[in-house]
Amino acid sequence: MITAEQKPMQEIIQYLEPYSKILLVGCNECVTVCAAGGRKEVGLLASALHLNSLKQGKTIDIKEITLERQCDPEYVEELNSYIDNADAVLSMACGCGVQTISERYKEAHVYPAVNTKFMGASLSQGVWAERCQGCGDCMLGITAGICPVSRCSKSLLNGPCGGTSNGQCEIGPETDCAWRLIWERLKALGIQDRYEELVDAKDWRPAGGAGPRKIIREDLAL
Amino acid sequence: MENFEPEIVAFCCHYCAYTAADMAGSKRISYPSNVKIIRVPCTGKVDAIHMMKALEKGADGVYVAGCLEGDCHFKTGNTRASHRVNQVQKILEDLGWEKERVAMINMSAGMGERFAKTALEFTEKIRNLGPSPVKQTKTQAVS
Repeated sequence: MITAEQKPMQEIIQYLEPYSKILLVGCNECVTVCAAGGRKEVGLLASALHLNSLKQGKTIDIKEITLERQCDPEYVEELNSYIDNADAVLSMACGCGVQTISERYKEAHVYPAVNTKFMGASLSQGVWAERCQGCGDCMLGITAGICPVSRCSKSLLNGPCGGTSNGQCEIGPETDCAWRLIWERLKALGIQDRYEELVDAKDWRPAGGAGPRKIIREDLAL
Repeated sequence: MENFEPEIVAFCCHYCAYTAADMAGSKRISYPSNVKIIRVPCTGKVDAIHMMKALEKGADGVYVAGCLEGDCHFKTGNTRASHRVNQVQKILEDLGWEKERVAMINMSAGMGERFAKTALEFTEKIRNLGPSPVKQTKTQAVS
């Protein structure tokens, strides 16, 4: 899923300074799961903004709404009945959600309330770790299901660098060397021969090197 | 604000703090009437939004009173509540409020004296902090 974290409160307050009617929009997808911008977080942020405005002796009108999926125009249409009454939209979705609203409502002042982080998996409650960089040419099939692109600090494709030490990456002891993990898993699966197969230099164009990416599925398009 | 009487909301667990309040009553131990008790089935039921709404509606202080650590009737409700109290404290700090306006307190059902003492101490702490920033602004606006 896409992970995100709420922006510092003062940054959000600064964005909203000139406005008094705010449409606060959450999303029921990834940001709900990583507790950054779901219905609950929308309620909490609205309450915090209310407390702040009460302290400053201002009145602020916040309409809370959480869409099923903010990156989908179909659901963003639900804002039609509220958008005209709002001076600004504060989105708690990832960058995709914020931009879907901006594209749909050209006149609206739209602000992000979260920092979108990475595509990650949940390790335990409250802990998420990066597992995919969306390189567009998945090589998990030859690396025993462990991604060297996202989990090796240098995205090395043919074994570890000299910075690996006791199975840890040189950037810090909390980061496992991805190639140590790959080697151990290859061994455990009895397919360590694959380690000997060299991978050619990766084409980074599908990873974004050739500009913004797009998928067009003509079989699905209406 | 010489005559400031704090308004305090206490979310009390049915299995411990609420019973302790009852115990304080049975023992004729008085505690400040500033503390308004809301009985909850477990402090794990108290979400951050409940504390925030209490503050929004004018409470000067909020505390959550749950079972002693490791003694939660539902195993981990009080630990969850403690995390949520931390979460609200962080929000208050970010807004420039005193985080001490929100607290987590642990006690068992038999601790009537502790309930009364805690209520007294928390009331005094909030009295020293003064009215909630919301009320302070309203007072300034009136004067």
